[in-house]
Amino acid sequence: MTTQEVGSPRKRSEDARLITGRTRWTDNMTPAGTLHVAFLRSPHAHARITGVDTSQAKKSPGVVAVFSGRDLAEEQGALPCAWVVTEDMKHPDHPPMAVNEVRYVGEPVACVVDRDKAAAVDALEEIDVDYEPLPAVVDMEAALAEGADLVHDDLGTNKSYTWVFENGDLDAAMRDAPVVIERRYVQQRLIPTAMEPRSVLCVPEGDEFTLYSATQIPHILRLMLAMVTGIPEHRIRVVAPDVGGGFGSKLQVYGEEVLALLLARRLGRPVKWTETRSEGNMTVHHGRDQIQRLTLAAERDGRIRGLKVDLLADMGAYLMLVTPGIPLLGAFMFNGIYKMDALSFTCTGVFTTKVPTDAYRGAGRPEATFAIERMMDELAAELDIDPIEVRRRNWIKHEEFPYETIAGLTYDSGNYEAATDKALELFGYDKLRAEQADRRERQDPVQLGIGVSTFTEMCGLAPSRVLGSLSYGAGGWEHASVRVLASGKIEVITGASAHGQGHETAWAQITADRLGVPFEDVKVLHGDTAISHKGMDTYGSRSLAVGGVALFSACEKVVDKARKVAAHLLEASEQDLEFTGGRFSVRGVEQEGKTLQEVALAAFLAHDLPDGIEPSLDSEVTFDPENFSFPHGTHLCAAEVDTETGMVKIRKYVAVDDVGKVVNPLIVEGQVHGGLAQGIAQALYEEAVYDAEGNLTTTTMADYLIPSAMDLPTFTTDRTETPATSNPMGVKGVGEAGTIASTPAVVNAIVDALRPHGVTDVPMPCTPERVWRALRAESRPAATEPGAGGGLGSAGGDQ
Amino acid sequence: MIPATFDYVRPASLDDAVRALSDAGEDAKVLAGGQSLMPLLRLRLAVPDALIDLDRIEGLREIRDTGDAIVIGAMATHHQVIRDPLVRAHLPLIAQATQTVADPAVRHRGTFGGSLAHADPAGDLPAVASALDAVFLVRSTRGDREIPASEFFVDWMTSAMEPDELLVGVRVPKLGAGWGVHYEKFHRTAQAWAIVGVACAVRRDGDGIEDARVALTNMGPAPVRAGAVETAIRGGPASQDAIRAAAAQAPAGTEPPTDLHGSSEYRAHLATVLTARALTAAAG
Amino acid sequence: MPRIRVEVDGATYEDDVEPRLLLVHYLRERLGKVGTPVGCDTSNCGACTVLLDGMSVKSCSVLAVQADGRDVTTVEGLGVDGTTHPMQRAFHEEHALQCGYCTPGMIMASLDLLRENPDPSEEEVREGLEGNLCRCTGYQNIVKAVRRAASEMREPAGREVTP
Repeated sequence: MTTQEVGSPRKRSEDARLITGRTRWTDNMTPAGTLHVAFLRSPHAHARITGVDTSQAKKSPGVVAVFSGRDLAEEQGALPCAWVVTEDMKHPDHPPMAVNEVRYVGEPVACVVDRDKAAAVDALEEIDVDYEPLPAVVDMEAALAEGADLVHDDLGTNKSYTWVFENGDLDAAMRDAPVVIERRYVQQRLIPTAMEPRSVLCVPEGDEFTLYSATQIPHILRLMLAMVTGIPEHRIRVVAPDVGGGFGSKLQVYGEEVLALLLARRLGRPVKWTETRSEGNMTVHHGRDQIQRLTLAAERDGRIRGLKVDLLADMGAYLMLVTPGIPLLGAFMFNGIYKMDALSFTCTGVFTTKVPTDAYRGAGRPEATFAIERMMDELAAELDIDPIEVRRRNWIKHEEFPYETIAGLTYDSGNYEAATDKALELFGYDKLRAEQADRRERQDPVQLGIGVSTFTEMCGLAPSRVLGSLSYGAGGWEHASVRVLASGKIEVITGASAHGQGHETAWAQITADRLGVPFEDVKVLHGDTAISHKGMDTYGSRSLAVGGVALFSACEKVVDKARKVAAHLLEASEQDLEFTGGRFSVRGVEQEGKTLQEVALAAFLAHDLPDGIEPSLDSEVTFDPENFSFPHGTHLCAAEVDTETGMVKIRKYVAVDDVGKVVNPLIVEGQVHGGLAQGIAQALYEEAVYDAEGNLTTTTMADYLIPSAMDLPTFTTDRTETPATSNPMGVKGVGEAGTIASTPAVVNAIVDALRPHGVTDVPMPCTPERVWRALRAESRPAATEPGAGGGLGSAGGDQ
Repeated sequence: MIPATFDYVRPASLDDAVRALSDAGEDAKVLAGGQSLMPLLRLRLAVPDALIDLDRIEGLREIRDTGDAIVIGAMATHHQVIRDPLVRAHLPLIAQATQTVADPAVRHRGTFGGSLAHADPAGDLPAVASALDAVFLVRSTRGDREIPASEFFVDWMTSAMEPDELLVGVRVPKLGAGWGVHYEKFHRTAQAWAIVGVACAVRRDGDGIEDARVALTNMGPAPVRAGAVETAIRGGPASQDAIRAAAAQAPAGTEPPTDLHGSSEYRAHLATVLTARALTAAAG
Repeated sequence: MPRIRVEVDGATYEDDVEPRLLLVHYLRERLGKVGTPVGCDTSNCGACTVLLDGMSVKSCSVLAVQADGRDVTTVEGLGVDGTTHPMQRAFHEEHALQCGYCTPGMIMASLDLLRENPDPSEEEVREGLEGNLCRCTGYQNIVKAVRRAASEMREPAGREVTP
């Protein structure tokens, strides 16, 4: 029972309700009297609103109210951005509902409140909006050109900010190094696509409000709703009931959430809104969307001298909760696991008339990891060194930890050699290389490529002082409390807000071990600000490394308190007590003892407690981590590329991850699988495409291609275990690792397959057409084939 | 999303259905399996006044042998077609191509006739019907008529049927002995529509190819019968060289679209590669 | 408004419905059967999969009126007397769900798959579930769960039965 839970593949307790359909999704709740909201959304990427006539819609039967942005202008406030990355960052006003101007397709301009959901949608057609179209601003590079059309006229520029980090003498590195490689990579725009669409229900009770939302961040949302609306924080309760995935997309304060609150206040009745998928694709914040210009300087032996990173990051039309900071989460990761003398990072945030970008699984680190891992393969090719070998020559050796990187982070622990050796063995690296050589020799139309990705990432957001130094508008601590009930059962309350991660199981495992109680005796409560009064929520692979550690410490506090009571009951001194298996006993007199349950009852009765001891074993801890956690690993991908059609098929995928100490290997493996799926999807399938007029052309799942079971391989996953030294549990985050590592592994494999054909890159997603064009760009020079020359960048995305 | 309002009619007989369609006028839609129509209704891209649901009409799902042909009832589901012994025995190309349509749940509802009447050039079955010289049996209050596949597919999502006409069934001539068939579908993910598809039937004669039928999916606003390929391959050897040379004719006379999943130029290229693969597989 | 009579998870319902009412909205909003969720509007995601007369359908692509006189089984109708169905148990055992939003549809589609193929290969499971999207699991454990359930449903307590 004791010491067995952490590390064991405990089946999840969450599952019982999820496999039976007894789940509490926000859209499942419809209290009596609920009114339904439907939003009218801009069909224009950019237009001035010259008039909104809601009079006809108001006459529709069942319609309770119709509002335009102007109707709510006085009270709706502005949506928050919590990360002012530079002092001079341009930060436009962002009304929840557009008042004077719309700046992306899908921006809400009016809403209907109706007793019936279908009728609300019908009534939208009765609203008449006059628009005066303005120029769309779609291309980031064009947006920065002299005289470009402006997204926000009053800002006078489409540039939001430029943020710079420099360390080491980059000029010297570039000047002296015999090898300099320059590349331009595009991180396409992605739509996070949590399976559960957004949904919000606001129930008013007098001047107090309970807001249920499909959100990752009930605590942050409550504070932000208070700040935006002026309703005092303690009058708002936010509940994140069962939430069907987030991947960053529900780390947001959405206009619809603010408006649901305002409408519930105005109308005094429960108000509910649930998006449709096509509505969501247009309006849920998107991810990635960067143009990366990279220059790598190295010695002939492969040793890296320096790296210059120049980013353009598409903010979209507005800055949302952490929009401008996302690329900066990657700033410290471009050096990856490697040693180098100099690093220069510059990022410019650009406004366009598209839905804003913000966190998407990995948030900044996938972009950085892609860049450095692609560059390492390019360097290997340039020097004709095996890509594994070139990495070995540069990575931080296991005996060098803790290691301060060129980006100023201190990696506390790691063992890149061990993870890589294990991966190579599982992969059968030499055998696949032999097959590759054979296929090349035979000029097989299906070529084989091997892609390497040796990655680390910074997660477990985050030490508050570091966030402060980056001008982030909050801390990075997490809270946990433990309640010991009279019967000895345990309630754990966490500020983390799970939406698929399995905290209810993992947190109970931690608690069971620390308190020596059965797993079944622990109940984990979360996601309701009335119960979990304090928290920083779930994102950035932080829940275990911060919230789990808070719980670990809170359990210790319970034991410390119980020890005092037990000592009193056993008439022994605290020092003489040992606590094992949930029982205090006097050292040397094992038969004399009190279980935690007995101590809990004694504390509850409070008839006989020592002086000065409160009648409670409950505890609370707010934990602020001293460092990020740095999971790492080695991923290897073998891809077959059909050179006739350009089709890519993943033949084998091996992921060896090191996430430190593992609480539940089942959950860890699941996180890795899901992460791989999303990283591979970026490499091969997914892209949010806007046309030249700023219309999103991938509004449905028929066009935005989420991979199915048929489109993904069976993964081989394994682990090495190098404990983190920066927290007492030795744990690191795992939620984003698979996504971060896999994208470059896949693209490296594709390029590796085609390198003998002169291919050095295929833009993402590596669609069959793009692969085909990359091949053709080599075999048929542009001069003889008009339209084919620019192939690399021209396919798919701009059509 | 929620569809706009419409009237709903569920006739019990074919005569009732034809009458209802005639009465309802041009803004009515026929509801077969609904697997293409329902998303359009939900996105409000289709806003019909009335739906005439063929679901409960006796006999429309029947698949029968008429000697030299098989008649597939318009309401036969994909699921049913794939498993039907007559189809499997005489029209394996249809069974094979239908297996690639959407997913199992959609194939339970979606119908053979509905897919064809929808006339989506990205759909898999129009090219198959074209390759097999299917004949479309349509009925209205004005009577019955037959439309050959070569005339049925008029334009993007447009068939030769008048608004008051109902597709009752499709007569597909049996290929007879000696034919090999193959449907080659190329798509980015399992759920995605074909970027290009090739429906192909080949009759071998010793080392040579006696006859061939080739039709292309998503190479124009309607399925394209690749006549140039058929002519080039007919009477020649079943060699890779001959097949490749013939397949090179595949883009002739096509107007492949450019969309999110592929450019016109790429589709033209794919058509040659996939036609060669389909011919090779069919020539077995 | 047409009147329909539908059997859902063993209970019979008679209701007047608007023709445009989708089966999934009928289940969720009229019958309170909220165990079947909605994930898209183009019948791609399969989250809303139920059995209609024993065969899987996407309940967002069927009108409630079309279910008139038919039998519907949702995830809430599996298992009897508080026990769970072997397929549900297998999803739990193999950690085949994370957020769980796709799970009801995934389970119903898997049952349909086993109805026709009681012993599917890994490839056949993947193909059988191509109409059901999951964003959390990468599908690997779902495939394992379906094959585990298949094995258990073929030989409960050591004897052959039809699933």
